[in-house]
Amino acid sequence: MRTILYFIRKEFIQIFRDKFISKAIFAVPLIQLLILVPAVTFEIKNVNLCVIDRDMSADSRKLVSQLQASTFFKIKYSTFSEKEANALLQEDRCDMVLQIPLNFGENLGVGEPSKVMVSINAINATTAQLSLAYLNGVIQNFNMNIASQHAVPLVSFSKPQISITSRHWYNEMLNYSYFMLPGILAILVTVIGFLLAGINFVKEKESGTIEQINVTPIKKHQFIIAKMFPFLIISLFDLALGLLIGRIVFGVPFQGSIGLLFFCSAIFLIAVLGLALFISTYSSTQQQFMFVAFFFMVVFILMSGIFTPLESMPQWAQKINLVNPMVYLIRINRMVMLKGSSFHNISSDLYALAAIATSFTFFAVKWYRKTS
Amino acid sequence: MKRFIGFVKKEFLHIFRDFRTLIILFGIPTAQILIFGFVVSTEIKEADIAFLDLSKDEVTQKISEKFCSSGFFRRTDNLYSYNDIDEVLKSGKAKAVVIFGENFGRDLTSNGKASISIVADGSEPNTATFITNYASAIINDFNREFVPDGSTDKFLVQSEVSMFYNPELKGHFMFVPGVIAYILILICALMTSITITREKEFGTMEVLLVSPLKPIQIIVGKVVPYFILSFVNVIVILLLSRLVFDLPVKGSLLLLLAESMLYILMSLSLGLFISTVSKTMQQAIFISLVGLLLPTIVLSGFIFPIENMPKIYNIVTLILPPRYFIVIIKNIMIKGTGFLYIWKETLILIVMTAIFIGLSVKKFKIRLE
Repeated sequence: MRTILYFIRKEFIQIFRDKFISKAIFAVPLIQLLILVPAVTFEIKNVNLCVIDRDMSADSRKLVSQLQASTFFKIKYSTFSEKEANALLQEDRCDMVLQIPLNFGENLGVGEPSKVMVSINAINATTAQLSLAYLNGVIQNFNMNIASQHAVPLVSFSKPQISITSRHWYNEMLNYSYFMLPGILAILVTVIGFLLAGINFVKEKESGTIEQINVTPIKKHQFIIAKMFPFLIISLFDLALGLLIGRIVFGVPFQGSIGLLFFCSAIFLIAVLGLALFISTYSSTQQQFMFVAFFFMVVFILMSGIFTPLESMPQWAQKINLVNPMVYLIRINRMVMLKGSSFHNISSDLYALAAIATSFTFFAVKWYRKTS
Repeated sequence: MKRFIGFVKKEFLHIFRDFRTLIILFGIPTAQILIFGFVVSTEIKEADIAFLDLSKDEVTQKISEKFCSSGFFRRTDNLYSYNDIDEVLKSGKAKAVVIFGENFGRDLTSNGKASISIVADGSEPNTATFITNYASAIINDFNREFVPDGSTDKFLVQSEVSMFYNPELKGHFMFVPGVIAYILILICALMTSITITREKEFGTMEVLLVSPLKPIQIIVGKVVPYFILSFVNVIVILLLSRLVFDLPVKGSLLLLLAESMLYILMSLSLGLFISTVSKTMQQAIFISLVGLLLPTIVLSGFIFPIENMPKIYNIVTLILPPRYFIVIIKNIMIKGTGFLYIWKETLILIVMTAIFIGLSVKKFKIRLE
């Protein structure tokens, strides 16, 4: 036991001797958290609209002003030339072109439904679909208004009507920061722990100092534990700072138990650090380690469900995700922080995480060779 | 010149000898493109929902069946009391609960009006919005079925929509430009900064500096192999997107390749700059990976549109080179526009390259301390 303690002390001293790294491990995640969290939003605002109103009737103007009044649309241009509108679309100066045809007002309410033409820049398919949904919402409102104005007894109003009222629990205003902060925090903590632990190990290999450790009587598992522990502490400290920022700056609610969250994070970090050390037993240079690490990290992050829903991934990808520790942590983080889920809600995720942590660490110990 | 060529050859040998790195170098872009293409999609399919049906009549049955057969929802649980809602949402078994109140059936038959409540799990805002939107659409449909003669249509304004540039609304149109932009900058910056700091850390830089090669030749010689490798990477990605995702280059391929070269050059000079400010490989890796990875993914506008971010981000993201390159690729590949539409972005990238090179030259020391 004493051997490990001495070894851990040596590691801490070594890490904090590098002035740059010792500052960066705290500054970088916090700055990134502050900058990145407000930016990650799928909320649509400010869809720049170009209107071609060929009709210029009271009705068409009403539609335009209703669009203007909604918070999603900003009428940036209005023109009479389709060519000009298309050019604006092409130059990315507007996102959507709405064309109201001649006779729009006259045709309203006499037989054929009036049509408005909409062109949307759909390179980002998600945004395009959402903006269209909002536009249709405005048009639906417009229709309702007209219907009540023309005072025609609409058949549908005399028939059974079912309406929907919806509420969003845990995050009433659908604030994206609440959703993203736990995930981004998990990524930052992972990237830091993963990289530093791995590089630290490979560096000893590359510069040959590992030979000096190998000739000591230290056991393989002691060595791995000692290499893991300092980074576990540093990462948990980063996590605590990040949570504090989330609470103070972004007002992210903390419903669940903090102890549970830290316990889960510690297990997650053991899994990640175990994988990092396992990879470093295989690599002989920092460059090699870094590229393998880069590969794993990016795959883990993209598949983790932080930016995109997990459910929409194909079956085989979800199978791969069974060994992706990030999936579990992000889910646990969100559940514990936002919903206040308790241990038995997350127990299956936690067991899976523990299994991954044990096996990665086991492999790291197993594959570490004291002889070269 | 002959010396220089010899040096470049040496650098190439260095790279090719490390077979693992080489595999990863080409494996990363390929894997990423495939992951993005087949795995990651922002679309939400089949959200898990639970039903709390206190009315239990024919209409509620019909509505819940309509929900489940729509293809957007999957029934995971039936609840029997309001107290179960919290539990089912907390455990994550359902993303929303559709509630028919006790009086639902009576209200509908006697007043002709009734209300369904939906409680969605707001901790996942996207899914929550999706669920409420689709639920409204389904109910609207349901309401319309009660109106057989369609006389309401008289007043309806309908929208006729054309989706420009991406009529089938494929996700690839977003991620291929994004992946090219962020893979290139990360790989180039990492490679250059590591290879130079490595020589510094091991003291072999001294050996190079005392050789008759000029410092500029050393730097250029170190960078040339990565320039070529990255360019091959671009071609691989473009081929993949063409063959696997059927996403051709609409505009001029030559222009796209030229712009890619400019971007690679910019990324390499960024790596060069990082290497002059970091003393050890560890620092270089930290700056280029921890410092660049998330900002390039999140802020360059490839997953999250910059327009949706708070206003200040319009300015903050101006310093991110991928932002400009993504605009350039989208214009050439997808919209098929020419140089006239992208000259501003090109100019900014050129200026950035010049700044990074200038700063590195100024900071580059011929002598080691």
